[in-house]
Amino acid sequence: MDKRLSFLHRLSGILAATSMLTVAMTAYAANEIVVYSERNEQLIKPLFDAYTKETGTTIKFLTDKAGPLLQKLKAEGANTPADMLITVDAGNLWQATNLGLLQPVKSRTLSDNVPAHLRDPANRWFGLSVRARTIIYNKDKVKPVALSTYEDLGNPKWKGRLCLRTSKTVYNQSLVAMMIQEYGEPKTEQIMKSWVANLATSPVSDDTRAMDAVAAGQCDITVVNTYYFGGLMKKKPNLPLAIFWPNQNMKGSGVHVNISGAGITRHAKHQAEAVKFLEWLSSEKAQNLFADVNMEYPVNPKVKSDATVAAWGEFKQNPLNVVKAGELQAAAVKLMDRANYK
Amino acid sequence: MLLELKHVSQSYAARKVLRDLSFVLNAGDIGCLLGPSGCGKTTVLRAIAGFEPITGGEIVLNGERVSAPGFIVPAEKRRIGMVFQDYALFPHLNVAANVGFGLHKQSRNERNKRVEELLQTVGLEGSGQAYPHELSGGQQQRVALARALAPCPNLLLMDEPFSNLDVELRERLSLEVRDIIKQQGATAIIVTHDQHEAFAMGDMIGVMHDGEIQQWDTAYNLYHLPENRFVADFVGQGVLLPGRVLNASQVEIELGTLYSKTPGACSIEGCDEGSNKGCEVEVLLRPDDIIHDDASPLLAQVEHKAFRGADILYTLRLPGGNRLLSLVPSHHNHAIGEWIGIRLEVDHVVVFPIIQNAAS
Amino acid sequence: MQRLPMSIAKVSIAKAPTAGAFIFKFRLPSGWVLAALLIAMLTLVPVVVVLSSLLTPELEIWAHLVEYQLPQLLTNTFWLVLGVGLGVAIIGVSLAWLTAVCEFPGRKQFSWALLLPLAIPAYVTAFVAIGLLDFTGPVQTLAREWWGPIEFPPIRSSGGVIAVMTLALYPYVYLIARNAFLTQGKHALEVAQSLGLSPEAGFFRVALPMARPWIVGGVMLALMETLADFGTVAVFNYDTFTTAIYKAWFSLFSLQAASQLASLLIVFVLVVLLAEQQTRTRMHYTQTGKHSVQARILLTGTRAWLATGFCLAVLALGFIIPVTQLLLWASEVVEQDLDARYLDFFWHSLALAAFAALLAGAVALLLSYSARQHPGLLLRMTARIATIGYALPGAVLAVGIFIPVAWLDYHLVAAGWVQSPLLQGSLMVMLLAYLVRFLAVAHSPIESQMHRITRSVDEAARSLGVSGVSLISQVHLPILRGGLLTAAALVFVDVMKEMPITLMTRPFGWDTLAVRVFEMTSGGEWNRAALPAVALVLVGLAPVIVLTRYRSK
Repeated sequence: MDKRLSFLHRLSGILAATSMLTVAMTAYAANEIVVYSERNEQLIKPLFDAYTKETGTTIKFLTDKAGPLLQKLKAEGANTPADMLITVDAGNLWQATNLGLLQPVKSRTLSDNVPAHLRDPANRWFGLSVRARTIIYNKDKVKPVALSTYEDLGNPKWKGRLCLRTSKTVYNQSLVAMMIQEYGEPKTEQIMKSWVANLATSPVSDDTRAMDAVAAGQCDITVVNTYYFGGLMKKKPNLPLAIFWPNQNMKGSGVHVNISGAGITRHAKHQAEAVKFLEWLSSEKAQNLFADVNMEYPVNPKVKSDATVAAWGEFKQNPLNVVKAGELQAAAVKLMDRANYK
Repeated sequence: MLLELKHVSQSYAARKVLRDLSFVLNAGDIGCLLGPSGCGKTTVLRAIAGFEPITGGEIVLNGERVSAPGFIVPAEKRRIGMVFQDYALFPHLNVAANVGFGLHKQSRNERNKRVEELLQTVGLEGSGQAYPHELSGGQQQRVALARALAPCPNLLLMDEPFSNLDVELRERLSLEVRDIIKQQGATAIIVTHDQHEAFAMGDMIGVMHDGEIQQWDTAYNLYHLPENRFVADFVGQGVLLPGRVLNASQVEIELGTLYSKTPGACSIEGCDEGSNKGCEVEVLLRPDDIIHDDASPLLAQVEHKAFRGADILYTLRLPGGNRLLSLVPSHHNHAIGEWIGIRLEVDHVVVFPIIQNAAS
Repeated sequence: MQRLPMSIAKVSIAKAPTAGAFIFKFRLPSGWVLAALLIAMLTLVPVVVVLSSLLTPELEIWAHLVEYQLPQLLTNTFWLVLGVGLGVAIIGVSLAWLTAVCEFPGRKQFSWALLLPLAIPAYVTAFVAIGLLDFTGPVQTLAREWWGPIEFPPIRSSGGVIAVMTLALYPYVYLIARNAFLTQGKHALEVAQSLGLSPEAGFFRVALPMARPWIVGGVMLALMETLADFGTVAVFNYDTFTTAIYKAWFSLFSLQAASQLASLLIVFVLVVLLAEQQTRTRMHYTQTGKHSVQARILLTGTRAWLATGFCLAVLALGFIIPVTQLLLWASEVVEQDLDARYLDFFWHSLALAAFAALLAGAVALLLSYSARQHPGLLLRMTARIATIGYALPGAVLAVGIFIPVAWLDYHLVAAGWVQSPLLQGSLMVMLLAYLVRFLAVAHSPIESQMHRITRSVDEAARSLGVSGVSLISQVHLPILRGGLLTAAALVFVDVMKEMPITLMTRPFGWDTLAVRVFEMTSGGEWNRAALPAVALVLVGLAPVIVLTRYRSK
């Protein structure tokens, strides 16, 4: 009893001390950048470390889902410690600009390094890696010639052979938003209904599970982000899975891409340093690190993909600006609800 | 005089719980508050303990005023020991620690000695390490008593101390507890609704009804000289027979004329001041006032009988229709319906004025 | 006493004043009571923030949700609440009865081991269950290899969610019901037997009704957690009311609509809580306060083995199998992932959980104590309402706290009182958020223990010259110790597992094991999430074991 008490005493002492320390540390230090990141720690920290090593600038960061991060930025307002916001999709960056949380950045480097359709038309955010959402099929059961477009996944020939991730993932919401931009709502809703009609099992909670289901024979095709495919194949190289790039013919609009990107917060305390860091992230040096650590595609056209990723082949990207993913996200979500896509 | 209550009253909102209550208890005496549940007796006890404020009068303990309207010496400052109906033993402490709980100002040695001594007194030596829930009801009650007595309180208060025990244990324990209290030289007040308990333990007994003390007296007087109908009814058994006052010491009833040794016993307020002659009254007759006597010319019919071992309690019917109770040695075994001879042997004549509409 | 009808005036018996009308002479200094009220008010702040959203209804989103989502979601939620409610009640109560009253092989070990599932977050049990039992998992894969294609009942279904939630949450009911059975005294049961009831009938007709208020309390805790849950249902892609809240916020970009949905949840839970309050006020006379030294019902033969088997099955499904799977997964990544930072994660989790446990325990004690000494409706209601935070989805609650805190900081800085924001991103806010979330968990066991301190216990102590602070330290706290310990242990474990509040309010660098689990699961790396999950379970075990040690005494 006595021992436990004294431990608790010590614990509370240490906690009090640490909490004061933490408060003190919120004061803005020079030579430091503060980042709010939706991108996972293990995917982003290597870059922070590399930058610190190169420039001596330290980077403090917090990870969370985009929703809470945006609310946090909004609530903190002018007092926010954050200089930069990193998300894993364009929709949330678009929403950040909606809430007035990001500031425009005029930078030659950034406009050179990041293609126009992968950044905000008003330059408040920039894509840093490309995430392609494509079709994965079971090599043993599907001939690639049978595949053509996203829309075609609703063809009755795939009845009971399609697996999908839940409509609650932002990746599917972006994909559908882009389809709305391209085909309009009525047609997109038809497509969604035809997808749902073809489902082999109710939508699963993540891309890897969807591919597992394809590999195990529960279904034959699915739609995932390529880096999940890369991750799975690295762990289990013998799975009978292969990539198919849809919508590639002359008239096709190309593979749906999204970005992981970043913007400078409106009330950044280290605005100059943060811009410099953002430029560095888009540079040739950093791009490979940024994309390769998660087997994504670099945004910078001068940078080559990682060898494994390159081996999946070249593909035509959908050239629409990814900002549409944000603008039409709510419409896409409602549309999928109407189509009973869970 | 250790404790004195002077015109104590208490009310909750508009309701009077205690009305003008006065009594005196001498050091070393055991007082009992006897009454039906809800009569306010527990409230008196809690007021004496300092758990309840009073709204009128004052309470004086050991010559010091402890309660008055707007004034209260807190319970913990009164040096009063209390034994609760549910014993309220501390479940987290063993018996020894419970008993020693109030001895916090003494050294460990003194405390242990006193605890040991008390456990021996209450017959629980060797049970110091046991926990309350491991004891029987009677044992728990002894621990509660020992705990209350341990700090040598000015006054020991016991609230229905035996009500949770079975009858046999209750009788034995009440005598034991009286001995322990007397042996410790303590002064005590015991609240009970059981007159046998009160008779067994109390030097002085206060019969309470409706927030008032009806009579503060010895057991003998409560039984034989009740001051009002309530006391007469609540204490002991008996019947009231209609009678007519002849003069200050004589009253006439169906069975004849009763003579009182105490002059004025038959006086009734509101009657003719001079002689009381002709006033209609009711006369209290206890079962032991009616003696069975085969030789007596007065006859009554046996209507009901209750065998009690040494004696039988007969319910008798007089020719005029009135009923009587009679306590008769049990070898006088008569059948129901039989007419038997009785005679009166009334030492104390107790009369009450007739109340209109009072018939139950 | 036999008495003849006598012409003595009828006695009108005055009723004794009821307990509530008695005045406790000793009171907490009114400053403390004021503090209790203030803290209660503080915990209401996020609730008010959330409720304030109702002022500006998001009609368009509502129209969409009502037409396409709510009917299905409410149906799902209804089945989930019903299923989990029944599940935790049946499993929790039956296990409690077996280990508290019966005797069978392994009873002693089971009586504490059955609490272990508390240490595993429900979302972890969920991803283990899916990993093991879905079409692609080892169980179905093996079955297909051996017997060819066979149909399994789908794990990603209402049945699956209910099973997982039940296994994760039954310990609340088990813990509370077991305590009730242990303390309700043997006499009632013996009376039942003397009236010709078999032990089984005695259970249903006497023990169960007597323990009902406690069981209802435990089930309520489990259901509030169920209603607030997002992590578990998300793994199953099972849409509930909470799903709609997150959908409105994250996908439709409307925190307003999300808050409005959450408000409905609050109102619903409040109504249920107030109803439950009615059962709770009747609690004091169903508990005797005397411990029973009960002769256990000896189970023999088949019945004994059935009892052992049942306990073992629950323990296996709720703890052994998930932990084994986690260990297997963790062992694959331990070399790659385990580094010195885990010391920090570990330390942060431990410190936050311990501190939050102390805080929530202290505040719950204060609330419960104040309510006892001022037996009015005001404080009792305050205590109930202050515990509503448990039913709010974590992220919504986190925002509800963060917005006013940031607002306060903004004005402090603007007024020039402080140079830089003081509160946001400080541990204080984090602990406040935990307090709001878990006050209910701490309050429940302390409150039920409080009923054991009868008025005469207080008065006995005072008549022996012990009052004030020493009355609290020598009598009240020791009697409440079990309740306090339970409260602290439950909060500790819950904070360890908590995710959304930790994510949103943590200061820079305060990553915990739960944050680590989030980093991995949000990237879909379930196997890598196993390592921090295992660590989390291990730390969570410590208080559970402390608790069970104390209980088994």
